[in-house]
Amino acid sequence: MSQILLQQIITMGAALMLLISFALLAQKRMLSLLHWFALQGIVLAAVTALVAYTSDNTELYVSAAITLVLKGMLLPWVLWKIIRQMHVHREVEPLVNIPVTMLIAAALVVFSYQVTLPIEHLSHLITRNTIAVAMANVLLGMLMMITRKKAITQVIGFLAIENSLFFAGVGATYGMPLVAELGVAFDVLIASVVFGLFFYQIRDTFESLDLNKMENK
Amino acid sequence: MTIFLVNIAQILLMVLAAPMAAGIVKKMKARLQNRQGAGIFQPYRDLSKLFGKEMVLADHASWIFRAAPYIVFTSTVLAASVVPVIVVDSPFSWTADVIALAGFLAIGTFFTALAGMDIGTVFGGMGASREMTFSALAEPALLMSIFVLSVTAQSTNLSVMIHHILDAGILLKPSIAFALIAMLMVSIVENGRIPVDNPGTHLEVTMIHEAMLLEYSGRHLALIEWATQIKLVLFATLIFDLFFPWGISTAVATIALLTALALWIFKLILFFVLLVIIETGLAKMRLFEVPQFLSTAFFLALLGMFMHYILEVGAQ
Amino acid sequence: MNWFTFLLGAPLVAALWLAFDAHPYRSAWVNKIAAALTFVASLGLAVQVLESGRIMVWDDWFFIDAFNVFLVALTAFVATTTAIFSGPYMRHELEIGKIDSGRLRLYHAMSQLFVFGMFLGQTSNNLGIVWLSLEIATLATVLLVSLYRTPGSIAAAWKYLIICGVGISLALFGTAMLYFASSDVLGHGDAALTWTLLYASADKLDPTVMSLAFVFLMVGYGTKVGLAPMHTWLPDAHAEGPTPVSAVLSGLLLNLALYSLVRCKMLVDVSTGTHFAGNLMMGFGLLSLLVAGFSLHKQHDIKRMFSFSSIEHMALMTFTFGIGTPVANFAAMLHMTTHSLVKSAIFFTVGHAAQAMGTQVMSNIRGLINHQPGIGWGLLIGTCAIAGFPPFGVFTSEFLIFSAALQSYPWTVIVLLLGLLIAVAGLFRFVPDMTYGEVPEYAKQVHANMLPVYIHFALALLLGISIPGFLAGWYHQAAALIAGGGV
Repeated sequence: MSQILLQQIITMGAALMLLISFALLAQKRMLSLLHWFALQGIVLAAVTALVAYTSDNTELYVSAAITLVLKGMLLPWVLWKIIRQMHVHREVEPLVNIPVTMLIAAALVVFSYQVTLPIEHLSHLITRNTIAVAMANVLLGMLMMITRKKAITQVIGFLAIENSLFFAGVGATYGMPLVAELGVAFDVLIASVVFGLFFYQIRDTFESLDLNKMENK
Repeated sequence: MTIFLVNIAQILLMVLAAPMAAGIVKKMKARLQNRQGAGIFQPYRDLSKLFGKEMVLADHASWIFRAAPYIVFTSTVLAASVVPVIVVDSPFSWTADVIALAGFLAIGTFFTALAGMDIGTVFGGMGASREMTFSALAEPALLMSIFVLSVTAQSTNLSVMIHHILDAGILLKPSIAFALIAMLMVSIVENGRIPVDNPGTHLEVTMIHEAMLLEYSGRHLALIEWATQIKLVLFATLIFDLFFPWGISTAVATIALLTALALWIFKLILFFVLLVIIETGLAKMRLFEVPQFLSTAFFLALLGMFMHYILEVGAQ
Repeated sequence: MNWFTFLLGAPLVAALWLAFDAHPYRSAWVNKIAAALTFVASLGLAVQVLESGRIMVWDDWFFIDAFNVFLVALTAFVATTTAIFSGPYMRHELEIGKIDSGRLRLYHAMSQLFVFGMFLGQTSNNLGIVWLSLEIATLATVLLVSLYRTPGSIAAAWKYLIICGVGISLALFGTAMLYFASSDVLGHGDAALTWTLLYASADKLDPTVMSLAFVFLMVGYGTKVGLAPMHTWLPDAHAEGPTPVSAVLSGLLLNLALYSLVRCKMLVDVSTGTHFAGNLMMGFGLLSLLVAGFSLHKQHDIKRMFSFSSIEHMALMTFTFGIGTPVANFAAMLHMTTHSLVKSAIFFTVGHAAQAMGTQVMSNIRGLINHQPGIGWGLLIGTCAIAGFPPFGVFTSEFLIFSAALQSYPWTVIVLLLGLLIAVAGLFRFVPDMTYGEVPEYAKQVHANMLPVYIHFALALLLGISIPGFLAGWYHQAAALIAGGGV
């Protein structure tokens, strides 16, 4: 029973993660982008906790708690503070228009599926099918980083990639060892601080968080 | 022999009950908005009044304008005949193909739009162009969400699909959830409901469906209105068939048929409650947001398709 | 064991100290002493490894074998000379007001943190921690690149952060896939990421998963190595940061990334039993070599030009590690050593040259030999050395690379030769103009500390003339190790 339950949870989680990745790409407003990003963190934490429960892995509870606090609450909140404080324009400003981005995203999903299929055939874990989704999510995060103008959206893309990687760990292997997980969480935290510092430096130097201005200097 | 009768009965049921369904929706909506509202049989009275009235035809009206209501009505009834309502199998079940269904619906839409342009009025042309724009986007989304189920059942035949879902038991699959949401979104557009279009007014510059019908009167108008009412029930039934077929009869037996009928009515009422709540709760979206709404539906269905292949078939 | 504690402890303690010490002279000395301590510790470790083979430290969390101890020693050495160089250099920057005392603290603390990250990554036995240490080193250097807070430096640091952040994420995905393969064999937990255990049972790891994992690791760590087409961050980061940072980026950080990649390659090679990983590395290597060679010609900024030369040499090493024969590995490690020595020395020289001329634009740098002979000759000798002229060590290692390539993949020699010639032509297109000729009137005398530069050159020369016996034995041991000759 617990195996079937686990599979259901992870499958549903994977579906939601992919949906959220698409939603992140489709957002036009900064606030809704942040909402989806926070939701991604929360879904991730929930899936992690459920996997921890069904696979009896206590280390995963720690990861789930860290994920919830860090990615579901703290980071979105800090980003929102920064947006407010810096009077960032509330629109997302894509470089490539959104429908085209979505089509590219769909193609990336198919690509990930093609690439990971041989691996999935070899594994006998019930969660093997999520590898394709995890890889697709990573690629979609990269797509977001490439196709957005603002520093903040790039960072959200970066953090979404981190989330997807975490999901890859949880989905494909029931979590990486705790040392690795803690290391990654720590890294995300530090990286966010550095990102935060940079927002201020970029703003002070270029008087905008629009990266096009940076290129033209 | 009985099966023929049952089949004809279920087509007639859908066609004849459609105005009442529209009446129920209107009544529920009125109650939710603290109005008394007209009785649930009002649409029948409206139809019969319109049938009795003299038709006014514009001077420029060509044969297309005159033929369109009949084509629209016939194609809608044909579409309705494809969808199983209370019994799955029928002598014609081999015709119950979802692509054919989409085709019938497309014919209806196409002729409504042609008729809208035929007279050459501003509103007609405007409505037609909008309708065609949106249906060009709605059609793929509709088909894509149906295909999610088709690939699960390995068939585009509605009867086979229903059998497959009934056999598989309760399905908690992300692909189907995504397809369902996409399908609901498409139904809203195809039926011209709020938040995409407002079926209850002829006075808005943003109207789509109604704009094409402004020149119609009398019998023509009655046929088109009736077809619209059938279409709503048709979509509801299609959604039940594809996503919640439980209760539909697989054999021609009185009790099973009656249960199926009762459950169909029950599901229909639930569906209308949902519809009314959405229509009352949401404001109409701006016209240029509709394509976005539809592409969201398409991408949801596409995601459902991905989910099916990646997560549910995967490496099995 | 004790040496090891020193190795990791000294930079960490120094980083903490220097974060709060703004005194320009004292902090510079603390910086030097900490670096020197790590160098002593690394020599101690090297002796231990040479005597008794692989050492495991702290419950197998860390390990030191012939391959990484050579890198540790190299890192510690270059870190020490960089610390010696950066004393007067940073004081000059402080005097002309390019940085303030707060930034100086940041510079010192981050340099030590970077060194700590380097040692952590090189000695860790856990692939997760290897990944983490690269990230630490990256974040530390990002802050260093943006130290001047000019628009250019901030843009460069942002580019560096984003591109390497994505790259390193891909490497993490690769690591997760590797864990996916290994947890089947070694069970869940730390064991499945422990390199020595992985290597011992690498033949049981699933080859398909490992191949895909390696593709991600290749692209991820390859970004960090500076391989084309992910190399775009590298020239900017080198050009805009302070010179000591450019020196350690080129001389050390790129090595760590390549080292991590080679460690993963060793696993993949055993697992797949094919030359897949090697082919991938060779392909990326050749491509980057050509891209770097051609890009060299289009540069205006002296540091950018030399950073493309770094890409060229990293590409050469990646290619050579890709060949994978013991000779090739020997050549690659020798090249890593000589390149680190020569390239960091060149950056030291370039830093002084830029300070003397007040610009990094090559067309404005003129007559260095007449102006300050130490700097001018340093630049000229360094360029000859990096271009692979005998009798310098780069010549020896490139010669070995060619013979290794000729032995296994003769056709690649043509591409290698072409790439190297283009790159050398690029170097000599600009350097003579900068060293000879009239001294422009805006040139000013700077206090140049050329001692580290000449020590580096002397060592490179020594490696070119005759490799000391113990060093050769050491390289042989490591080369056999990488080629799969047993642990």
